[in-house]
Amino acid sequence: MMPTGYFLEHLWLIPLFPLVTAALMLFIGRRLPNAAVSVLCAGSVGLSFIFALGAVMQLLASDPPNRVAQQVLFQWLTPGPMQITGGHLINFTADWGYLLDPLSCVMVLVVTGVGFLIHIYSIGYMGHEGGYYRFFGYMNLFMFSMLTLVLANNMLLMFVGWEGVGLCSYLLIGFYFLKKSASDAGKKAFIVNRIGDAGFILGIFLTAVTFGTIRFTSAGLTNVAADSGVRQALEAALGSHALAYGAPVFTAIALLLFVGACGKSAQIPLYVWLPDAMEGPTPVSALIHAATMVTAGVYMVVRMNAIYVNAPSALVVVAVVGVVTAIFAASMALVQNDIKKVLAYSTISQLGYMFLALGAGAFAAGIFHLMTHAFFKALLFLGAGSVIHAMSGEQDIRKMGGLWSKIPVTAWTFLLATLAIAGMPPFAGFFSKDEILGRAFERHWALWAVGFITAGMTAFYMFRLAYLTFSGYSRADEHAQHHIHESPQSMTIPLMTLAVLSVIGGWMGSTRFSKFLEPVMSKAGVSVESAKVVESWSATELLLMFASVAVAFVGLWLAYEFYRTKRFAPELIARRMSGLYRLLVHKYYVDEIYDALFVNRTKDLGTLLGQFDAKVIDGVGVDGAGWLARFTSKLSMWWDKWIIDGLLNFGAKLTQLLSFPIRFLQTGTFSSYALLILVGLAILLAYYEQHLHVVLRGAR
Amino acid sequence: MLPIGHYLFLGLALFIIGVIGVVTRRNVIVILMSIELILNAVNINLVAFSRLYGDVAGQVFALFIIADAAAEAAVGLGIIIAFFRNRETVLEDEMDLLKW
Repeated sequence: MMPTGYFLEHLWLIPLFPLVTAALMLFIGRRLPNAAVSVLCAGSVGLSFIFALGAVMQLLASDPPNRVAQQVLFQWLTPGPMQITGGHLINFTADWGYLLDPLSCVMVLVVTGVGFLIHIYSIGYMGHEGGYYRFFGYMNLFMFSMLTLVLANNMLLMFVGWEGVGLCSYLLIGFYFLKKSASDAGKKAFIVNRIGDAGFILGIFLTAVTFGTIRFTSAGLTNVAADSGVRQALEAALGSHALAYGAPVFTAIALLLFVGACGKSAQIPLYVWLPDAMEGPTPVSALIHAATMVTAGVYMVVRMNAIYVNAPSALVVVAVVGVVTAIFAASMALVQNDIKKVLAYSTISQLGYMFLALGAGAFAAGIFHLMTHAFFKALLFLGAGSVIHAMSGEQDIRKMGGLWSKIPVTAWTFLLATLAIAGMPPFAGFFSKDEILGRAFERHWALWAVGFITAGMTAFYMFRLAYLTFSGYSRADEHAQHHIHESPQSMTIPLMTLAVLSVIGGWMGSTRFSKFLEPVMSKAGVSVESAKVVESWSATELLLMFASVAVAFVGLWLAYEFYRTKRFAPELIARRMSGLYRLLVHKYYVDEIYDALFVNRTKDLGTLLGQFDAKVIDGVGVDGAGWLARFTSKLSMWWDKWIIDGLLNFGAKLTQLLSFPIRFLQTGTFSSYALLILVGLAILLAYYEQHLHVVLRGAR
Repeated sequence: MLPIGHYLFLGLALFIIGVIGVVTRRNVIVILMSIELILNAVNINLVAFSRLYGDVAGQVFALFIIADAAAEAAVGLGIIIAFFRNRETVLEDEMDLLKW
């Protein structure tokens, strides 16, 4: 029986609530009081959460194979003919529709749940900031885009959400746009993401021409035969032997989509924007750059798992990129001194873990880690925000310390999140990370080994952060010390809620979690070895689990000796291995290399094109046209002057010439005329004298 | 009745005085006055021949010429006034705009 119910029939309301309030904020928000902004914006996300929760409940009421609800609101692209590979002409169309299955259940709950908590937190955190309504407007627009992304029933609508979250990320990173570094970071994030998006959209095109559809699945639709989905089309192609396991087109689609995922989820080589994105307000870092948006790439790969499982070489690429990103980012996190930068590199590293899981074929494990990571990383960022709030805006951990007793709620929750990310049992991170490492070991021991070392590094840098921030004596100046205070309740309540989730978030267990996600995973064409579902705990797995817990403790112990007891001096190590230290502090000079290779070359190209514009377009084109116009006008002037005027002047000259002897008679003097008349009359009279006599005689 | 020769002589004298005035004087008003003399010389001739032949047509012509002279004087003086307003002169040798 298909799942039904009020909430499932109103799936479209989930993204609509934040869209409505976002529009309100951005159009009339300036005139609303802060209290109204808070209630409207947090409230709309809360409503989305309630509707999402209701929809998930109603979905879970049916049996696992039937757990899918798909709702097409309207046909977005009107059907048009398109020729697909093999020469068939098909009717291509795209819906505006929403899909709720176990995978989007997890995503929509994480997005709305964590999003709601962060909105509550932001009320306290952003309370004193200017542009309050603008902040919440962007945040709600982000929620709309993200929910469109995770609920979309086809790739194109997913791309709409994908671009929407990219835009909101840009707007929120550059929220303090008067700061040059913030606006630069926004631009960097946007441009780097654009590279990934190019891959994503090419992947969509290739999918469309290969399968003739971009709908994820036809499950949950009434007319299953007519409205085919990618998954069904792929299974049909494999069934009819039109395409085989490992076909090049699968690899091509998978890699193109992975380029998109790399951009959005900050993987090598497109990770460089995420550390800079910390210029945004801290709740933004928590929501967009830790919990939700950056995991969109992971979600997208899992959503397209039918293609990935049939592209084994692409999976190898995914796994290698993931694991290399994980250790690469973790090594940079070791030496960062900005509390948010440490967390940013940690996020990149954890996203690397997720891609390692996907590359190992453990899609459920990747999503599991995505979920637990959303809890503890959101908590870490919100905790960091609370610390920064307490320290009057200070972000450098070298100037913190001794905060344990002064801001106890923040400290305790931060500690719980640190334990969770370090993979200590029984916190959430332990379960998901352990599952990923186990599945990586099954794929190849080297993947596991790198992930294992990264786990140790993660524990080290996280406890380094915790010790430097909370233990020992305060290294802040007098003024800042005087101001230290615990954050208001609107901030501590989300912290505590997320802390609870960071503890219990993994207790569901990876086995049960992957069972839950199983209906989403395609098994078409998968070879036997990778489809193996681990049911029991073998001795190897126990050993691996023990090893990863042990390495976490080693990391913890090292951090303790370095930064708590000061038995080892970090400065000494830094001086002894100054080359390595400098390399890490300068983030492997990647930004500089990118500047030299791409950014400056692009600028050069711009200069070149500018010169082309100045010299060729302006010089030859515009100036040339001007010269030509001047030349022709000169010609025409010559014609006018010498031919047209010349003819007239010639006439005048001719007249003058012909009049030469006579014109001297015309003196202009009246008396001379009178004299001439008189003389003329006298001559006439003399000439006609005879006749005159006749006339006179006749008269007589 | 005096012989016709006397009248013709008087007319001739007046005519010559008028012609000399027209040809030699610079002032346009004086030229106009000289033209009046010429016209009146003609009038005397006409009236004299009219009397000689007992035909009244000559006298009628003389009356027409007197009216014509009045009109001519009015128009001429008007032109001179208009000209004076523009050029501040009534000397004919300065009226040389139509000269080549």
